[in-house]
Amino acid sequence: MENTTLHATEATILFAGDSGDGIQLAGDQFTNTTALHGNDLSTFPNFPAEIRAPQGTLAGVSGFQIKFGSTEIYTPGDHCDMLVVMNAAALKANLKQLKAGGIIIANTEGFDPKNLRLAKYPDGVNPIEDGSLDAFRLFKIDVTKMTKATLDGSGLGTKEIDRTKNMFVLGFIYWIYNRSLETTIKFIEQKFGKRPEIVDANVKTLKAGYHYGETSETFMQRVEVKAAQIAPGNYRNINGNPATAYGLIAAAQKSGLPLFLGSYPITPASDILHELSRHKNFGVRTFQAEDEIAAITSAIGAAFGGSLAITTSSGPGIALKTEAIGLAIMLELPLVIINVQRGGPSTGLPTKTEQADLLQAVYGRNGEAPLPVIAAQSPGDCFYAVYEACRIAIEHSTPVFFLSDGYLANGAEPWQYPVSADLKPIKAVFAEALPEGEKFLPYKRDEKLARKWAVPGVKGLEHRIGGLEKEHETGNISYDPDNHEFMVKLRAEKVERIADYIPDQQIDQGPSKGKLLVIGWGSTYGAIKTAVKAALEAGHSVAHAHIRYMNPFPKNLGELMKQYDYVLVPEMNNGQLVRMLRDKYLVPAEGFNKIKGIPFTSTELLEKIKTLA
Amino acid sequence: MSTVVNDIPAFTAKDLVTDQEVRWCPGCGDYSILKQVQTVIPELGLKREEIVFISGIGCSSRFPYYMETYGMHSIHGRATAIASGLKITRPELSVWIITGDGDSLSIGGNHFIHLLRRNIDVNILLFNNEIYGLTKGQYSPTSELGKVTKSTPMGSVDHPFNPLALVLGAEGTFVARSMDRDPIHLRTVLKRANAHKGASLVEIYQNCNVFNDGAFEVFTEKSSKADETLFIEHGQPLVFGAQKDKGILIDGFTPRVVSMNDVSANDLWIHDETDRVKAGILTRFFDDPKNGPHFPRPFGVFYAEDRFTYETALKKQLEDAITAKGAGDLDALLRGSNTWQVKG
Repeated sequence: MENTTLHATEATILFAGDSGDGIQLAGDQFTNTTALHGNDLSTFPNFPAEIRAPQGTLAGVSGFQIKFGSTEIYTPGDHCDMLVVMNAAALKANLKQLKAGGIIIANTEGFDPKNLRLAKYPDGVNPIEDGSLDAFRLFKIDVTKMTKATLDGSGLGTKEIDRTKNMFVLGFIYWIYNRSLETTIKFIEQKFGKRPEIVDANVKTLKAGYHYGETSETFMQRVEVKAAQIAPGNYRNINGNPATAYGLIAAAQKSGLPLFLGSYPITPASDILHELSRHKNFGVRTFQAEDEIAAITSAIGAAFGGSLAITTSSGPGIALKTEAIGLAIMLELPLVIINVQRGGPSTGLPTKTEQADLLQAVYGRNGEAPLPVIAAQSPGDCFYAVYEACRIAIEHSTPVFFLSDGYLANGAEPWQYPVSADLKPIKAVFAEALPEGEKFLPYKRDEKLARKWAVPGVKGLEHRIGGLEKEHETGNISYDPDNHEFMVKLRAEKVERIADYIPDQQIDQGPSKGKLLVIGWGSTYGAIKTAVKAALEAGHSVAHAHIRYMNPFPKNLGELMKQYDYVLVPEMNNGQLVRMLRDKYLVPAEGFNKIKGIPFTSTELLEKIKTLA
Repeated sequence: MSTVVNDIPAFTAKDLVTDQEVRWCPGCGDYSILKQVQTVIPELGLKREEIVFISGIGCSSRFPYYMETYGMHSIHGRATAIASGLKITRPELSVWIITGDGDSLSIGGNHFIHLLRRNIDVNILLFNNEIYGLTKGQYSPTSELGKVTKSTPMGSVDHPFNPLALVLGAEGTFVARSMDRDPIHLRTVLKRANAHKGASLVEIYQNCNVFNDGAFEVFTEKSSKADETLFIEHGQPLVFGAQKDKGILIDGFTPRVVSMNDVSANDLWIHDETDRVKAGILTRFFDDPKNGPHFPRPFGVFYAEDRFTYETALKKQLEDAITAKGAGDLDALLRGSNTWQVKG
């Protein structure tokens, strides 16, 4: 029978299986191939905190959702068109994500009595046999059998053969969407280069999956999603954590400073440490410290010595660094503190995303201890946002918070990568040796209220800094009441003044006056953008502004909000930015909150917007 | 620490005095230590602008304010970690850490042991006064069992640390002890610490005359010092006593105090700084003199080992990476290996 081809502008696939099934790898490969195909895309990997949760159970299900299209894509999709499940638990955990009439591709071996029992289906119930999935289009494939047949005589053991199952499924999905196998074959060759028999097995299985689509007649319809019409330029695929690492390297290169990272492994921030560790030829020094406190304090030591110093962590680790952040504020040294947020409090939801550390970043220290806070809005934007965080830290002699989150860290999108020459210059100002007899004043300030960086090694600038309150300009210890009040206000003014050196807040889309302004920050960008676009198309009076500078806010933010009757602030927390906006501007802002460890869907945002605009 | 040898010191002890008023209690042992450090440093052939003193919190941690060098008075327990970051990124600097028994062995215990195992080339001066002074007299992790303080009115039930045993256990490569009341010995040990390439730890017994006066009296007072202390020197037999009439023998792994009337110096334990096992035994000469028969307390360099330092190994990796891959090309990094072009 001849296959017909369906032309679609977008498609959403959810790959799901056991956490040992290679789902994330298959998802990554499909993403890279799709990016090279020219589609715009957005991904959402969703996996358990346990490396190998009990096999076959609901707790052990790992998922990878990708939305791609020939139009602009800003979210990984609210619901999927196709659900690929390796076992019964994966189906049970994800069926609610599938659109009505959507396609299910099920690995039949994953629905044997043992897997059904582990997925807690009642005795005798098998959803792929009992007609309960009739509202969907179900395709059953015995992946295990096919894989075994493909590798018959390869000399590999059952376990090794079993591990190539994901390649069979991936090959089959490539066939459906008419994708080239080239990128994945290249990847397999690089990854298993030292074991040719494994390369051979994986490539064979991948191809077998592809050919299965062609010959089996199980799948009647292929889907064609043409390349997207996006802004002309050079693209690559990027995830948020590598983008953050690249932003740091770029800032070091452009400022001419050596890069130092003090870090302690923590989910979901560790990949920044991994990525930076690979680039020692850029002069990058990474230091895996004994704990979170040593991670930041070693960075403070490096900053004192003249490095662009960074520390990376997530919520619980940031909590441990708090005292040292206060020290950096007193020392007035450049330092970038990266928080890849996850669900909290305490250990919370290590592998799930949340935006609940905003108030911690802005306010969470003892004493009056303000610092600038910058938030990234998409995986690729992590590069620019962290670059900006470095610029502010260096040029304003202050620690800066950079906020990312689990969704940005692991999510991917096509990225129009920059050319280094186009990046904004970063100028570090160092104190220079003084004429004989002149006394060095370590806390003398420029018009930005920044102090000069005086690094050890320069003759005549010997000075002492510390955490005790210091006298204006001299930096000597001072317990003088008036001086303390003066210094507290001076440090606050210094941070406030950064507003003079950042761009005004822009409206992302929508009218510059109207009924409703939706204000977001961080990783909700794509979902809000998609929802507001739909609302505008439906004729609602709504606009979207997305804040990057969380502290200080852009100077025009108050005026901008006044142009609308009402402000809606969607956040993946219990209402944090909304408090800051109400507090500072006394605007009638309403929060719209989701605290489930998963991103907003554009549909739920659209519903909410419709009630207000 | 390594030494840069110059012919003439470019500065004197006086040049190391700052304009800040020294605020330790009158009679504090810290004064003597400050004086010895200021005396020794100009003799080390260092450039003043390349010297950095880093401290945490506690009485001793005020030290950097009184040294006309670069300095940082940081937060409680973290001087070791801050100094690590500084030395890793600026290996040419001479980095000194000033810390106390509470700062390094209690709140900063973790960074302390990790710096030692990494063998970062810094000098750590651990002022041990066996008490919390700045917070006005609570027991510390080195206070003896049963110590009565404000926080232990019925006596401490905390078994104390043996600091040098801890240092050796943490893979320290230079382990030494001195005291505030013996300036000459302290200066000698400081010089040795500076000359050592790697993490040098000098425990300095320091009297807190306000909250723990006399803690080390038996080691410092003329009447008891000779019998209660053992000054160790590489290649020399272990001899002590006012008349140099007592020695220490080692029988297998068991040390024994003997009278010099009964043995010849050749039969005694000859101190070998490179012997890790014997250094371990020496650190165990740690009995409280109040509790009956005991060994004298050793002072001097217990152990010194040549081992690569963290910062030189890391520096080499950076150089190797450049040799292997060439100096980093930012545009190539941003581009990555899989790109595509969208035409307008």
